[in-house]
Amino acid sequence: MDNLAYVLPQTNPLASELPLLQAEQLSQWFAPGKGFAPLDLSLYRGEVLAIVGESGSGKTTLLKALSGRLTPQQGQVLYRHGEQAANLYQISEAQRRNIMRQDFGIVHQHPMDGLRPRISAGGNIGERLMEVGWRHYGDIRAQAKSWLSAVEIDIDRIDDLPITFSGGMAQRLQIARNLVTHPKVVFMDEPTGGLDVSVQARLLDLIRKLVSELQLAVVIVTHDLAVARLLAHRIMVMKQGEVVEAGLTDRVLDDPQHPYTQLLVSSVLQQ
Amino acid sequence: MQRFNQHLATLDADLGYNFGYLDEQTKRMIRRAILKGIAIPGYQVPFGGREMPMPYGWGTGGVMLSAAVLGRDDVFKVIDQGADDTTNAVSIRQFFAKVCQIDTTTSTDAASVIQTRHRIPEQALKHGQILIYQVPIPEPLRFIEPRETETQKMHALAEYGPMQVKLYEDIVKYGYIATSYAYPVMVNQRYLMDPSPIPKFDNPKLNQSPALMLFGAGREKRIYCIPPYTEVASLDFADHPFAVQQWSEPCSLCHSTTSFLDEVLIDDQGQRMFVCSDTDYCQQQQASKQEPCHG
Repeated sequence: MDNLAYVLPQTNPLASELPLLQAEQLSQWFAPGKGFAPLDLSLYRGEVLAIVGESGSGKTTLLKALSGRLTPQQGQVLYRHGEQAANLYQISEAQRRNIMRQDFGIVHQHPMDGLRPRISAGGNIGERLMEVGWRHYGDIRAQAKSWLSAVEIDIDRIDDLPITFSGGMAQRLQIARNLVTHPKVVFMDEPTGGLDVSVQARLLDLIRKLVSELQLAVVIVTHDLAVARLLAHRIMVMKQGEVVEAGLTDRVLDDPQHPYTQLLVSSVLQQ
Repeated sequence: MQRFNQHLATLDADLGYNFGYLDEQTKRMIRRAILKGIAIPGYQVPFGGREMPMPYGWGTGGVMLSAAVLGRDDVFKVIDQGADDTTNAVSIRQFFAKVCQIDTTTSTDAASVIQTRHRIPEQALKHGQILIYQVPIPEPLRFIEPRETETQKMHALAEYGPMQVKLYEDIVKYGYIATSYAYPVMVNQRYLMDPSPIPKFDNPKLNQSPALMLFGAGREKRIYCIPPYTEVASLDFADHPFAVQQWSEPCSLCHSTTSFLDEVLIDDQGQRMFVCSDTDYCQQQQASKQEPCHG
């Protein structure tokens, strides 16, 4: 019986159930009250996690630490690709940038932060492909066109500059640019902030469609509970750097336990 | 150190300048940068650039390199846009004739060190020759990434995708890769390099060249090198391969069909002629065509 472990198949049938992204005791404080307290977090394939909370509650800082853009003071972030797990802040910078380029997508709140304003829309989408070694103009252009139509931008605008795009279109272009290399995890920081309500609704529809089609894992930072309700499977509520409540979206929003969550939910206009 | 000081003492004091204008310590510092640059082809080596008796943008980087590599036995040639007789070329040639008292020439074949602005001579270079380029902006990624810290990181990690975006945008706008000078190249399959503003016509001459190529940027204080017989590839797309400029007519003076031609307006009616930009090559071609007539 002692060597039963050797008899069993080496491959773990539950390996695919391991979280794609895992944070352990992750923390970063810029000053007391600015940053976030040690927290654990797991994100599985195809899952959408929303981080909600008021301004200054540490949401964006957490997102940066999770996406490899901010070395945290404490804790680690594990990213599983294939059989291996990479500790984002212990591997070399070259490896980290490689993971960020190939497997991560980052959607900024302001589209121009994530786009090159003086490069055509097609070039913006194609840049990610050229970064990973594409060297065929026709293929790059074909991919750019198919992604423009996937995000509902007229393909006639492929050679226009992003600065000539409306806010909603630029945001959709930014999403296309991030998804073209088929990332595994997409980090979104207030993707619908600053857009008017009808454009927001279309964008949310689009994100929801792409997430389910591509089986993306998404971490989305928002202060808008409606966005969280519509997109997220799970939700994490932050206040002053602390996670005050976490759980399934419906459970948290329909039956909030923490006083702050109750306040958040009750402050949304009810119909 | 003793021997170095003795060497200093033997240098000609009556000239008023040290041999090659720069002091020996500075020349050593530049030579060290050159050696490092040769060891890592295409890598931009920072160096302590000195004030030269000419303004930035007139070839101070090239002049510092020339000063550091010229020896008493060297024969020096300077070209500016291929021509030996333009103001800049004449001034730099006279400068070194004065501070080095070495032989100068306009013949590509006879020269051992050639300082150039914007051209590589038409005549094939030989092993043992040194070609020195004047470089205005050494960083090929500057147009897309203004931060020096970031471009250094991109070089370190060989992240050269954004450079390809520039060529992509060219095709979008013009239907072909319209970049015609300072065309980016990959050196030894590792470092992306700006070959200084030479026309892309000259890019193929960089590949596997028997001559040593040194690039000096005076204002930005960078030196980079291509050792002899190094692979230098111009960036392109699989379906838009690299191609050089072509002309519909030959040189009006020497009738060469294989050299780089300048378009020259000759009157107010818009009449124009095409002539070789390399004056030495053009004269040689004319001479060789006249010889049979005389003989």
